[in-house]
Amino acid sequence: MQNFLRDAAEFLPILLQGVWLTIVVTTGSLLLSTVLGLLWALMRVSGIRALTLLSGGLINVIRGIPIIVLLFYLYFVMPDFGVAMSALQASILGLGIAYSAYQAENFRAGIEAIDRGQIEAAQTIGMGWWLTMRRVVLPQAVRIVLPPYGNIMIMLLKDSSQASTITVAELALQGKLIASSTFKNTSVFTMVALMYLTMSIPLILLVRHFESKANRK
Amino acid sequence: MIELRDVHKRFGANEVLKGITASVEKSEVVCIIGPSGSGKSTILRCINGLESYEAGDIFVEGARVDSHAASIVGIRTQVSMVFQRFNLFPHRTALENIIEGPIYVKKEPRAQAIERGHALLAQVGLAEKADAYPAKLSGGQQQRVAIARALAMQPKAILFDEPTSALDPELVGEVLGVMRKLADDGMTMVVVTHEMSFARDVADRVLFIDGGVIVEQGPARTVLNQPRHARTQDFLHRVLHPL
Repeated sequence: MQNFLRDAAEFLPILLQGVWLTIVVTTGSLLLSTVLGLLWALMRVSGIRALTLLSGGLINVIRGIPIIVLLFYLYFVMPDFGVAMSALQASILGLGIAYSAYQAENFRAGIEAIDRGQIEAAQTIGMGWWLTMRRVVLPQAVRIVLPPYGNIMIMLLKDSSQASTITVAELALQGKLIASSTFKNTSVFTMVALMYLTMSIPLILLVRHFESKANRK
Repeated sequence: MIELRDVHKRFGANEVLKGITASVEKSEVVCIIGPSGSGKSTILRCINGLESYEAGDIFVEGARVDSHAASIVGIRTQVSMVFQRFNLFPHRTALENIIEGPIYVKKEPRAQAIERGHALLAQVGLAEKADAYPAKLSGGQQQRVAIARALAMQPKAILFDEPTSALDPELVGEVLGVMRKLADDGMTMVVVTHEMSFARDVADRVLFIDGGVIVEQGPARTVLNQPRHARTQDFLHRVLHPL
């Protein structure tokens, strides 16, 4: 135990640098996946056949490719086509795209859960498609999608470790580097695990908050 | 002000409207009665473009109803609808439900819309419920809010789709009372209903529909008291003497 505390004090500053990058990757890809997911979902329910098919196809392609392959593609293959980006940019883009498929399906479920009668009521007071979405459907869908959205945030936090495969020195990679140079596997990976857990606790509490709020309505 | 000419509508292989021709004059109250599945509600839904129709024409104040055309929005603001299941927006209070259309569709100033919203709530006897959410209101109260929401658009006509069918029997009266007042004030109304006493007392005309066609129509008392067609007689007998 004493050894662990001494190791912890020694490695903490380096691991905290990793924590910072983990937070940057997670936040960046969460924002991107939310925006893209909402876009895919709105295309899917637009009632315009071409958009529905396009979004359905996109979601299936994205879902069918492992995140790690998507990251390799962005970081190692895209430069061959003249599109070079930093490892951090590639990881945010890759995770953002990968998670946009899950976000889209979640948002679509929320949108489709809204009673058809509500949409008709909105139409009969002269609301168009977008106004109906903005004033009637989305405000109610938010309450439905929030609990699963919280879960997606936690999954994304953990999957941000995959950015390590394209050299982003986030928490998992920092831990691996320290462990391989000091051989203190137990201390290092225990710390890494505890730090991921610590970061997900606020998210878990947030999910619980969303859920109790949704249940109250 | 509302005119239907030989309107046909089908859902897949099932033709639900087989040539409906009818008209509704300004300030007239027309009740549509008939067995379930006869196409009563579909007529209302075609008039304000919630459903499209395959053949024939529907005109509202001279404008042809086409559910796919941009002009449908203008028609819908002139012809409001009240639904069987109320369809209030559950995430908004009674007052917010009412002012939603005026503010976001008609771009009325907020203060003016709120003032009129309160007046409409008073008109339907719910002045003290402005801040209540739909879940906290009884079915009858929800339907009265829904009527106020329809009125808030200052429509030229209101379509009622079985407005009391989802209500407990003791709540039916309060909704019919509001509707009767509207009729007395000269509102043009088309009402799909099973409330024969309402049709008899309030309607100017009654249409009896069965199997997608108008079987019989005429002054309310004539159709309801001395129906000529066997099918109308049979239907009325079953509705008025269910046992």
